Amino acid sequence: MKKLILTALVALAPLAAETIVIQNATIMTVAKGTLKGSVVVKDGKIVEVGEKVMVPQGATVIDATNQYVIPGIIDCHSHIAGDGGINEGSVSVSSMVDIKDIINPEDIAIYRALAGGVTTANILHGSANAIGGQTVVLKMRWGKDAQSMIFEGATPGIKFALGENPKRAGNPQGGRGATGTTVPARYPATRMGVEDTIREAFNEAKIYKAGWDDYKAKVAAGQHPIPPRKDLKLEALKEVLEGTRYVHAHCYRADEILMLLRVADDYGFKIRTLQHVLEGYKVAKEIAAHGAGASTFSDWWSYKVEAFDAIPYNAAIMTKKGVLVSLNSDDAELMRHLNSEAGKVMKYGGMSETEALAMVTLNPAKQLGIENRVGSIEVGKDADLVIYDKFPLSDYAKVQKVLIDGHKYFDRDEEVSSRPAKAAEKQKLLEKEKQAAPGRGAPAGRGGRIG
Amino acid sequence: MKLFGILLACALTAMAAGETILIRDADVYPVSAKEMKGVCLLIQDGRIAEIAAKILPPKGARVVDAKGLRVYPGIIDSGTELGLSEISSVRESVDTGEIGEFMPQLRALVAVNPDSEHFGVVRVNGITSAVTFPSSSSGGGGGRFGGGERQLISGQAALIHTDGWTWEDMAVKRSAAMSVAFPSLGGRGGRGGAVPDSVVEILGVTGVTGGTANARRQYDDAIAKLNDYFDNARRYQKAKAAHLADFRTDLKFEAMLPVLEGKVPVAVSAARASTIHDAVQWAKKQNIKIVIMQPREIGKAAADLKAENVPLIFGRTLALPETEDSPYDEAFTLPAEAYKAGVKFAFGTFSNEFVRNVPYQAATAVAFGLPYEEALKAVTLNPAQIWGVADQVGSLEKGKFADLMITDGDPLEIQTQIKHLYIKGKEVSLDNRQTRLYQRYLNRN
Repeated sequence: MKKLILTALVALAPLAAETIVIQNATIMTVAKGTLKGSVVVKDGKIVEVGEKVMVPQGATVIDATNQYVIPGIIDCHSHIAGDGGINEGSVSVSSMVDIKDIINPEDIAIYRALAGGVTTANILHGSANAIGGQTVVLKMRWGKDAQSMIFEGATPGIKFALGENPKRAGNPQGGRGATGTTVPARYPATRMGVEDTIREAFNEAKIYKAGWDDYKAKVAAGQHPIPPRKDLKLEALKEVLEGTRYVHAHCYRADEILMLLRVADDYGFKIRTLQHVLEGYKVAKEIAAHGAGASTFSDWWSYKVEAFDAIPYNAAIMTKKGVLVSLNSDDAELMRHLNSEAGKVMKYGGMSETEALAMVTLNPAKQLGIENRVGSIEVGKDADLVIYDKFPLSDYAKVQKVLIDGHKYFDRDEEVSSRPAKAAEKQKLLEKEKQAAPGRGAPAGRGGRIG
Repeated sequence: MKLFGILLACALTAMAAGETILIRDADVYPVSAKEMKGVCLLIQDGRIAEIAAKILPPKGARVVDAKGLRVYPGIIDSGTELGLSEISSVRESVDTGEIGEFMPQLRALVAVNPDSEHFGVVRVNGITSAVTFPSSSSGGGGGRFGGGERQLISGQAALIHTDGWTWEDMAVKRSAAMSVAFPSLGGRGGRGGAVPDSVVEILGVTGVTGGTANARRQYDDAIAKLNDYFDNARRYQKAKAAHLADFRTDLKFEAMLPVLEGKVPVAVSAARASTIHDAVQWAKKQNIKIVIMQPREIGKAAADLKAENVPLIFGRTLALPETEDSPYDEAFTLPAEAYKAGVKFAFGTFSNEFVRNVPYQAATAVAFGLPYEEALKAVTLNPAQIWGVADQVGSLEKGKFADLMITDGDPLEIQTQIKHLYIKGKEVSLDNRQTRLYQRYLNRN
């Protein structure tokens, strides 16, 4: 059975890079305006974009008359493709754990994200603790193994979390991590404690780094010192101090956002992105001055106290005040329509079409440091492209085709036409199962979810 | 500027009582009839007085020039907790999900907080009325915070306007539905929570600890309890009609009378086709009206719905498929499936946070096969018919409440801006907590 699935997956995976020409489309390049014309894709890269192009010999032509092409959508905050839990919430600092170790390439959410035009996603640890685990950037190469999904060369990250989530985990009044009186409270339980937890960790990391710097200096000077003991928890924070690991910080309220910026200033590192950052509009000036990016929701609010001042104008205000803004999902469902989520910032706050689209393409690419590869339709960039049937920022639009590295990973027509065959196959398998185990009861402890 | 704002607000309030407003030169989309380009619509005493090619402004009328703009009826969300829940995670701010198994006497209306910040926020997208439910999403007593046993009847949902000084002002229909939790074999459904019927049939897997027999027993127990309750309510009805000497008023059974008389439908959440089938057949046996909410599949239940003329209230269209191997667009295509099956339906969001997005749910259904006109009806006229208030709201017709909006385009399209909103003929400010925060921080130095 397992083997059968694997075979099926391999069959799905595209074999060789074709030369593809998408013709007669409205091409929203994000970087260089919108034009009517063609995109030529060769060896996984965009090789030409123009009103009139030469169709290379043997090229596969996709006629996109009346359709739109945009760069693949990039979700700067997702938790899909993880194998089970994504919150190592037992400790307040879990910088030693890595999401990369639990990638599940068979998570159906990957395919669904593809069907919503997402080609790249930042997969984060949860927000149960002030300093969470390491993060990984994936391309939605459905059908490939875990290793092949990792975005080559993307700077690794680490999740931080401020506010209600990390303090709730330590609050004996209930919530995650404290299921009863038998579970001891985990520090911190307040925003004050969250700040201290981060400072304590970086204080340690600084000392740890000094030890290694000293060791390396001595080695360089020809001495033979004993190396310091490697500490996996502090190693990740040392990388933050050295600027080789990005900090993606979950935050809501203005006070905690400002707090984190100041802690980072004090320890000499940068916050790469503020995630959710629902009150970012209140401290947009300070965020811009620090140089942090902001990755927010379009219009989520009121689900908890720290989300009560959330406004759909957040992205617009922050943009107007000089912050690099992206829109993320944090949710396997929302992830499937980030295009229309971007449409909302045109409605609320009057962002232009290009500004809005950039928030789910080029801006998150910049925030993740992969803008030389993805995020816009430009010659030399990866051929990660999405074809929509209608104006992509509208809620009437739906994805027709998705290319990653010049390979077609999703095709709505093929998806729909293959359904009867899949249904028949499923029926066959169910019949087989029925004969094998007639009247079998529910396996003990089995949850509602199947598959 | 601020003073001006206050003056303006006062002026709007002063004019509220029965202002006469003439909307001129507008493209009017009544929903109940074909669109009319460049016509006039007259509002008098809170109602639509006339729609015609040319109407002379009556004396004292305020004239609104709407050249190039459109007029639509206000949008109705058929499943919310508006007014009852402010911050969904804070118990003190949530009034859904009372304790008690049978609580038909509870009225959502009396707990509606007219000053809830949600009203202003949802009005921005043209939502002029909503059904607000007393039940919690978890179905448990004590609401989503737990602490009570499962509720079988959680009280009366109200259809309210999204503007008003008091809940009395806001009421369109005080008791629009009786919220009933109908049991389901194999869990209550919801995201990833349901085992598909095909699997239940073949494997006997139900998702309930203890296996099929246990699930069956729990299901039968719940049905028996519900039936007992309805039987007792009927005995009460007879006793009351007989004017027995020792008759004593019972508030719970009293609240059941409109249900038994077919004046108020029961609203039942049923995700799976088998549950829908069971619920519809149960309602038929009980000889009561029923509305099915938050279906996640229709399938074989289409025949029941059609035959018994039972409407659906869709939950969020923008939802994940039920199971891993369901088509990715399963939830997107469900409204089109209902339409093709000839079943009447409306949309609900079932979470205050998403009420303002109910027009976009309808648009998604259009992208996946639902005719546009049907989508627009499903957030206007259909809910008005389903909840029994089609003589009051749901379309632009003479005599109905002037619940309407002036827009610069199609109200189901995200990009469209609502320019003016009227509820019961009163122009309602589009200002809200969020626009105020926006202005304040946009101008921060």
